[in-house]
Amino acid sequence: MSKRIDVSDLNVYYSDFLAVEDVNITLDAKSVTAFIGPSGCGKSTFLRTLNRMHEVIPGARVEGKVLLDGDNLYADGVDPVTVRSQIGMVFQRPNPFPTMSIRDNVLAGVKLNSRRMPKSDADELVEKSLRGANLWNEVKDRLGKPGSGLSGGQQQRLCIARAIAVSPEVILMDEPCSALDPISTLAIEDLINELKDEYTVVIVTHNMQQAARVSDKTAFFNIAGTGKPGKLIEFAETATIFNNPSQKSTEDYVSGRFG
Amino acid sequence: MAVPMTERKRSALTRGRLPTYTPHVVAGSAIVVAAALMALIGFNAFGWGVLSAVLFAAGNVASSAIVEGRRKAVDKLVTSVVVGAFLVALLPLVSVIWTVLVNGVPGLLAPGFLGTSMNGVTGAVDNASVANHTPVLGGVYHAMLGSVLITLWATVISVPVGLLTSIYLVEYSADNKFSKVITFLVDVMTGIPSIVAGLFAAAFFGLVMGPGTKTGFVAAVALSVLMIPVVVRSSEEMLKIVPNELREAAYALGVRKWRTILKVVIPTAISGIASGVTLAIARVIGETAPLLVTAGFASQINSNVFAGWMASLPTFIYTQIMTPTSPSNPDPSAQRAWAAALLLILLVMLLNLGARLVARIFAPKTGR
Ligand SMILES: Nc1ncnc2c1ncn2[C@@H]1O[C@H](COP(=O)(O)OP(=O)(O)O)[C@@H](O)[C@H]1O
Ligand SMILES: [Mg+2]
Repeated sequence: MSKRIDVSDLNVYYSDFLAVEDVNITLDAKSVTAFIGPSGCGKSTFLRTLNRMHEVIPGARVEGKVLLDGDNLYADGVDPVTVRSQIGMVFQRPNPFPTMSIRDNVLAGVKLNSRRMPKSDADELVEKSLRGANLWNEVKDRLGKPGSGLSGGQQQRLCIARAIAVSPEVILMDEPCSALDPISTLAIEDLINELKDEYTVVIVTHNMQQAARVSDKTAFFNIAGTGKPGKLIEFAETATIFNNPSQKSTEDYVSGRFG
Repeated sequence: MAVPMTERKRSALTRGRLPTYTPHVVAGSAIVVAAALMALIGFNAFGWGVLSAVLFAAGNVASSAIVEGRRKAVDKLVTSVVVGAFLVALLPLVSVIWTVLVNGVPGLLAPGFLGTSMNGVTGAVDNASVANHTPVLGGVYHAMLGSVLITLWATVISVPVGLLTSIYLVEYSADNKFSKVITFLVDVMTGIPSIVAGLFAAAFFGLVMGPGTKTGFVAAVALSVLMIPVVVRSSEEMLKIVPNELREAAYALGVRKWRTILKVVIPTAISGIASGVTLAIARVIGETAPLLVTAGFASQINSNVFAGWMASLPTFIYTQIMTPTSPSNPDPSAQRAWAAALLLILLVMLLNLGARLVARIFAPKTGR
């Protein structure tokens, strides 16, 4: 269960503002791809076009193609809801549903869609997802308690459990550790390493060490100046990006000379 | 080796400060001086209280200015003004509650007041109870029932309309022209005088059902005209503060928009919505004018909102005061009116308490 993504000639707009220009990239199945780059260069914007979350914002639109194992997400007649059930997302700030228990949060994808599921199957899914998110041992005795009572790192892993419970092909993560302490960050990084056995993982990160630690390939985005569109500058094996980049700006960025 | 320091008797840190008993002394003197001054111009308790308070504030500020300096004095002056404003604001409230309690309790405790209607209670009955010093007969059951039924129907009409409107405004409109028009109209509706709402309902049903149609339902429609804008406004605010992240979290799980609204947005906001609705009910339950022109007057029990005139607490109070049952002995009517007023205040208080309770019950649970 995991599919590749091929992006070609993608332009991303907020109304008239071109935020990301002309991206061509291939994200391999069962691998971790990291997006790095300075703030405001359009990493989040681009990431959100990969599961059609971008268009949730009024006036936002996209030109170009995003192929999920050959199927264009932006073809006529494609239902964004179908796309999102195959491509899950974890956000920068942990956002468990405050009205739901830990268990219900994990089952949210099932319950919110009013799908019926026998209790034994549901229990199994909850355990499997929480184990998959390395959270089972910490919460197994308090599944009925509200998810908002967990620590930030636990909440973020709960959100990951919630995302993998709908068995997506791809998981997108937008700076999943930026609101977390170092220990929780480590827990999430370990988790990302395990997730790539089953899923295509894409992670946006501000932290270059993190990109180096978790990703197989890294994409560097940059922006020429405020008001200019963000662009994909370089995309290669992570080791290449960090040790032997072909572009000057990539080298400047990864060596900490700007951004 | 350091010698442990003993605490000094007169601390350098409290130098230039008034001793702690100063306010008591000032208060005592203010009361005495105020009493003396009042004796000169003619004593009354209210004036005495006000004068004492003013003297107390002035004395406090003056003594502080002399001993403690400007900054402290200004602090005390502002404190006095703030507390004074608070007391002034509280005064009418306390006075209203007190008056209604004093006048209303005897009637409320009269036997049968809550359980009987005014059916068969005529001027002769009132005259007899005054002449024989027997308890006042007649009760408020029909009006209570009417108030509850009319408000219930008004709620049944207003909540779906108001809630759906606010959902459209927050979740679907994306601030288009149409939503601006709706918001404007809702604002206008908030300002409609209640009698106009009553006339609207009366005229509307007059056209549809025939002239002079007065039923509880017509009154409920009139009240819902007043309630809908309140419900729209309060629900809109509540839906707006639901974080967008929750909506996006649901979308990212492949949940449709309407399900997201139904199962994530509304449950998150339900506590605020429910207490807003309860407050809207509290707001309309005391409306008098629209009921006068839509539900008419009744002295007997009518539990059918779709047929016949219907009494309600506000119109009951109004008729008892304005047209006493026995014109020569208005006291029994006044007693019933005050008791009904007390009952109405109690109902509104209960509704307000209910709003808090509802908010607490529905609030998202936290904790570990
Ligand atoms: N909702 C929005 N509406 C309009 N412009 C936006 C919105 N979100 C982001 N942008 C703009 O798009 C550009 C890229 O932002 P973003 O994708 O958040 O960058 P990054 O995640 O790389 O820091 C920025 O110039 C930002 O101002
Ligand atoms: Mg970002």
